[in-house]
Amino acid sequence: MKPAPFEYHAPATVEQALELLATHGYDAKILAGGQSLIPTMNFRLAQPAILIDMNNIPALRYIEPTPAGGVRIGAMTRYQTAERSPLIAERAPLVAEALPHIAHPQIRTRGTMGGAIAHADPAAELPAVCVALGARFKLRRGTQERWIAAEDFFVGLFTTLLEPDELLLEIELPPLPARSAWAFTEVARRHGDYALVGVAAGITLDDAGNCADVRLSFLSVGDRAVLAHNAIAALKGHPPTAETIAHAAAIAAADDIAPNADIHASVDYRRHLAKTLAQRALTQAAERASAG
Amino acid sequence: MTAKYVGQPVKRNEDPRLLTGQALFVDDVHLPDMLHAAFLRSDYAHARILSIDTTAAKEMPGVVAVYTAEDLGDFWQPSPMIVQPPPTLEDIVFNPRPQIPLAKDMVRHIGDPVAVVIAESRYIAEDAAEQIWVDYEPLEVVTDIEKALEPDSPLVYEDLGTNLASHVRQEKGNYAAAAKKADLIIKRRMVIDRGAAAAMENRGIVVDWDAKTQHMTMWNTTQAPIPIRNGLAATLGLSEHQVRVIAPFVGGGFGPKIMLLQPEEVLLPWAAMRLCRPIKWIEDRRENFLGTTQERGQIHAVEAAFSKDGKILGLKDIFLHDTGAYNPYGLTIPLNTQTHSMGVYDVPNFYTEFKVVFTNKMIVTPVRGAGRPQGIFLVERMMDLAAKELGIDPVEIRRRNLIPADAFPVHHSIIGQDFIEAIYDSGNFQPLVEKARLLIGYDKFVTEEQPKLRAAGKHIGIGLAPFVESTGVGPYEGARITVESSGKVNLVTGVGTQGQSHFTSFAQIAAEQLGVAVQDVEVTTGDTDQFHWGTGTFASRGAVVAGNAIFAAAKRVRAKILAKASEVLDAPEEELELKDGAIRIADIPEKSISLGELAMLANPLRGAVEPGTEPGLEATEYFGPKYGTTASGVAAMIVEVDPDTMLIDIKKFVIAHDCGTVINPMVVDGQIHGGVSMGIGHSFYEQLIYDENGQLLNASFMDYLVPRSTDMPPSIEIAHQETKSPLNPMGSKGVGEAGAIPIPAVLAQALENALNIDGLELLEMPLSPGRLFELAQAAKNRD
Repeated sequence: MKPAPFEYHAPATVEQALELLATHGYDAKILAGGQSLIPTMNFRLAQPAILIDMNNIPALRYIEPTPAGGVRIGAMTRYQTAERSPLIAERAPLVAEALPHIAHPQIRTRGTMGGAIAHADPAAELPAVCVALGARFKLRRGTQERWIAAEDFFVGLFTTLLEPDELLLEIELPPLPARSAWAFTEVARRHGDYALVGVAAGITLDDAGNCADVRLSFLSVGDRAVLAHNAIAALKGHPPTAETIAHAAAIAAADDIAPNADIHASVDYRRHLAKTLAQRALTQAAERASAG
Repeated sequence: MTAKYVGQPVKRNEDPRLLTGQALFVDDVHLPDMLHAAFLRSDYAHARILSIDTTAAKEMPGVVAVYTAEDLGDFWQPSPMIVQPPPTLEDIVFNPRPQIPLAKDMVRHIGDPVAVVIAESRYIAEDAAEQIWVDYEPLEVVTDIEKALEPDSPLVYEDLGTNLASHVRQEKGNYAAAAKKADLIIKRRMVIDRGAAAAMENRGIVVDWDAKTQHMTMWNTTQAPIPIRNGLAATLGLSEHQVRVIAPFVGGGFGPKIMLLQPEEVLLPWAAMRLCRPIKWIEDRRENFLGTTQERGQIHAVEAAFSKDGKILGLKDIFLHDTGAYNPYGLTIPLNTQTHSMGVYDVPNFYTEFKVVFTNKMIVTPVRGAGRPQGIFLVERMMDLAAKELGIDPVEIRRRNLIPADAFPVHHSIIGQDFIEAIYDSGNFQPLVEKARLLIGYDKFVTEEQPKLRAAGKHIGIGLAPFVESTGVGPYEGARITVESSGKVNLVTGVGTQGQSHFTSFAQIAAEQLGVAVQDVEVTTGDTDQFHWGTGTFASRGAVVAGNAIFAAAKRVRAKILAKASEVLDAPEEELELKDGAIRIADIPEKSISLGELAMLANPLRGAVEPGTEPGLEATEYFGPKYGTTASGVAAMIVEVDPDTMLIDIKKFVIAHDCGTVINPMVVDGQIHGGVSMGIGHSFYEQLIYDENGQLLNASFMDYLVPRSTDMPPSIEIAHQETKSPLNPMGSKGVGEAGAIPIPAVLAQALENALNIDGLELLEMPLSPGRLFELAQAAKNRD
């Protein structure tokens, strides 16, 4: 379990990193927190010729408010920093609720927010959370910047719209609408394991107590984080009762997801978990929205 | 009075070193000019090797040597069988297929070693291993032990013409006759799958050949240093005194490290002699999954005959046992399954038959429990099924069948792992059951708490399962105890240590006899230059077999001390007492001599002694039991299941345990804690999953789920009972595997009770949330 030989670069600025990427893009891998990449290299499943280590770029570590009332998070921000951030707790409670589910404290001390997004593991929490929140990502290639919505960014198993010579710089979370609340829940074999299924849910109530907006996303149910459009449509405009929520959860499990079987869970069990967890998360979000 | 140490929760002598990082493990051995080895292991479960090209690997800078089977020449020999089948078993089939140093012509399981690279660093060695090109012709793979015996199955060994490794039939009484008289016959199929030992420390070797002294030193994570020393000497053509094997601190054994003359153990000494440089090999975790032996795979067809009052009249079990691609460990596991299938019960008639099957999977050898959990699982499940059928409370049906206290020794008239008839030497099961029942609060839970919780929508259940554990098997161990001139006591024994607290419990036995502090007994284990007779640490035997050798040696040293002190102090022996490292006349405390001074007097530098006088205060003794001791226990748990997610939460866990004389209750508790956690792992988290191509799908700790502290019950309550064994002077029995043995049985029982779904029977292990979901769905759909 030793990695194959590689060339190592540790740029001090984003510009230097981009230059290295421009030169080596197809042969290079970005090293952020290394919590997925390093094990993969030690198993020799990944054998990048060049490693570009982003850990010496302080400019990518920040959590700041946006004027609109949202949050911007630098790509190299550690999970742990975000987990302890009052700004995230206040403006992105879903993120705060999901973070403790990510692995273990040791891993969260090292792992980064941007790393999780760029790695695009369908079983990871952050991509699903970003999809639920309608987050967007700032990418840069040379001097060209572009913004991509989270739901468009993830295109398949460990695959995103990032070009080989492009860097993820920032995650931007939009402001929370009034009378909205969120919930996150997942089922893992042991605490800290990749979830068998996870759910992020958000409900915004209108003055009549109906769902003005619904957000529902899943992790570990396919090749990427999934936004449950059918379930959302089914619940939107209705009051969040036990029946409407159960109905929406059933639609989500049946129509919105295409889970795979693996050694830990069959397709049926995953769909069953998706329904159960969607029901629990939507119920909790609705309760919080009503209370809030 | 001599201080009483046996039975006391003495703090561990070894902890200061372990906790401050000053204990030597194999990977801590760094020698000048040391090379590093990496093995190329087969990616195929079954394939013919057409050719191996090592040219590119050999040309890499830093690579010193690359060896394949062909390079070994005449040195390539199958290793000797570690365990032969008992010669006492009649009319059996046994086809021995021991391990080989490197695959020649054929690979038979994923991870079968094909070549070894020796290089200046492990990095280089791994890089070079990737550059070895093996041309394989993939062959059809056998993974399923039932299909393996079908006539058209692919064969692991073509020359055998069958995948049958062994076939054994044994019977106590006459099951068929008993079944005719039965009111109830229950037949079920039960399946137990594989788990790993998953020791914290993987295997490792450092070997150093000193050409100038013609001496070899090997540091090895083995459980059996002396047999390895003897085997290596024979294999390498050296005399035994030319080889020293040291098993230093080892981070967990659990069975696989009892394996002898494994490919790595044979090849690296051979290479070190050729290269005249020390070589280190430290198995990494992935390698451990692919290259270290595993256990548990069995399929049972069980039948039990009961009378309507719940008395078991007979048991019949026909099972298949997966041995993987080789069978170097003989029949130990399936024989243990046979001898444990009657559990704590008076089973007058028992027919048991097994077929051992070769498959293209990793070799199966004992892992903590070693066939016993399977036997206990099947008999306990039968008790539960009968209880349900007959409308008898599960604890009550067990009570009715317990072997009574006055029935010991109980002869089972079937042959066990130590080659002789299985005999329960002693036990007292009834009070053990009562202890566990009270500790878990069985009656109150069943009559008051559970109905309330169920009414509140909770799915919470209870289970209680007794078990036996054959422990303390022979043949023998030895110990040498020396009082040094410092007054400290040196205690040496041949068994190795992998975390069993030997440095403390062995010291307690000696300290009590010699009147010294436990901390003043320095224990050395597992160094063949220090003690060179013995077999090893396995089968829960260290405390029993080595422990009683130590007890005997300590008693002899005590006698020597008293005789010498009597002479020096001019007082009769009866008036002497050994206390605080000194010998004094009981009534005249100021008239005393320290042990150290006495040791010096016993080893004079000048002058004459009586002819026949042995120098020093030292004795060596051996102990070999007539047969193994039987420890026993009763485990009980309360478990809650979330019926939607099928996640479980063990709310309460208790165990009443009897290992005869307890040397150190804290150590016994620790052994039970470890065993329980392993049992929980192998019942609900840990499962080695092979696909139909023989690929291991979860060869990492990401996918192979060892339970964590958060998966354990909040506490493990333990009650000790001491029914002394008549087979050894200390009256002790083993405890090393106890915790692991009853867990599959008790968890299945408690989960079934918690889920309370008509027709749901949990007849397989390990379970998982996903599997529970499938089984529950199937039961519901049958309604």
